Amino acid sequence: MSDDIFITRETVEGADDGPLADTTVAVKDNISTEGVRTTCGSEMLADYVPPYDATVVSRLKEAGATIVGKTNMDEFGMGTTTETSAFGATENPVAPGHVPGGSSGGSAAAVAAGEADVALGSDTGGSIRCPAAFCGVAGIKPTYGVVSRYGLVAYANSLEQIGPLAPTVEEAAALLDVIAGPDPKDATTRDPERSAPYVDAADGDVDGMTVGVPTELVDGADEGVLETFEDALDDLRAQGVEVVDVSLESVEYAVQAYYVIAMSEASSNLARFDGVRYGNSGGYDGNWNEVFGEAREEGFGAEVKRRVLLGTYALSAGYHDKYYKQAQNARAWVKQDFDEAFADVDVLASPTMPVPPMALGESLSDPLTMYLADANTVPVNLADLPAVSVPAGETDGLPVGMQFVAPAFDEATAIRAASALD
Amino acid sequence: MSDDAATAEDVRHVADLARVDLDDDEVDDFAEQFADILEYFDALDDVPTVDTDADLVNVMRPDEEHDCLDREDALGNAEGTEDGYFKGPNVS
Repeated sequence: MSDDIFITRETVEGADDGPLADTTVAVKDNISTEGVRTTCGSEMLADYVPPYDATVVSRLKEAGATIVGKTNMDEFGMGTTTETSAFGATENPVAPGHVPGGSSGGSAAAVAAGEADVALGSDTGGSIRCPAAFCGVAGIKPTYGVVSRYGLVAYANSLEQIGPLAPTVEEAAALLDVIAGPDPKDATTRDPERSAPYVDAADGDVDGMTVGVPTELVDGADEGVLETFEDALDDLRAQGVEVVDVSLESVEYAVQAYYVIAMSEASSNLARFDGVRYGNSGGYDGNWNEVFGEAREEGFGAEVKRRVLLGTYALSAGYHDKYYKQAQNARAWVKQDFDEAFADVDVLASPTMPVPPMALGESLSDPLTMYLADANTVPVNLADLPAVSVPAGETDGLPVGMQFVAPAFDEATAIRAASALD
Repeated sequence: MSDDAATAEDVRHVADLARVDLDDDEVDDFAEQFADILEYFDALDDVPTVDTDADLVNVMRPDEEHDCLDREDALGNAEGTEDGYFKGPNVS
């Protein structure tokens, strides 16, 4: 069953000693590994072998980790189920017949199935937190700028961060300690002041903490998901947490804003795949523009084409102001709403996903329904904030995740709150 | 496009701009899906303008020579190369 978790199984040994000397790590297949093919789940890059390591991979090796393979994912990270992969779907190891979530579905499944101790994923609109929730593991989406994106194959670069998946919040935080930190090769990395390692925050000490629940992220969620979420809130209350309702009016526009921005950035970022320097060329001959069109038709799957075309449309003359500019306005509004909420609460909590894991094959034919499943995760990427998804329980035998969102660069608070449920 | 639903012609136009060829079935599927998705995006019309005081800083580095990717390695994934350069199709 675990055959569908990895696109490439290959063992890369790290340094002899270090904090991860006895740890196996699965790496999402959009993170460059020198000498080990990196496909992004796409036919376009089926034979691409990076000549260099991503910064996070260098840091894993220096920390002594053993990389065990490159995990399956939605093509270029574009999906919520890992079913858009050119290499086939991955079955959820803890919920047979269901998707593992996406786009880092292979990484979450690897941890859930015990194929690796921990894993790296990337999160553009929930791609770490969704599969963490669906597979019953912990996942952290860091603040934008905490982890280097050097060597991460770009999908929507203003939104995405690499982050850890692990059986517990504590183990995920320990992996974040290894990969975080400024990098001269990624000018968007920051060096936030930190008094202690992230892992120290996983102490479960939430007594006296105030947790806000945004009503907009709870209304409309699946009933079984809500029951599990409420039980987890009761668990926190019993540990001394005060739970209050908050309102984030702007998040009603977050899915629209996220998809317009992500698709627009994708249309630009994926323009590099012309089959000349790397990737599928198709071997066509003739006029440059026509050859590219043929190579890209062959190399890209339906969801990638859909997003590149819609992004091209949103940026085209006459529509830029209506879609892209308004999406940027919405992004600023979402950020402001979060800032205001954090004036009154320490951390925000919601179900990570409004629905339990979908059945395999259920979502592919209806892209808009798949986009709507991202309602609770995308606001966090628009606001550049850190968030942790932690297992909260089950509904009808299907895992439910709880998401904690903290102010920018305050990973510690989200880690601490989530670790109370570890 | 959202005032009058996405047409097959619209889809062909953006596909041409994006240099992605499509077959006729894909064009029809996308036209139908784009109409739904763009109608959903119309909600953005109601978003107010927000005054932002963006926390932006310039990130500078010294302009110094350093080692970089070996030329052979950089060309390693290309289908066609000539005399140490990438070789692409004709520009005409």
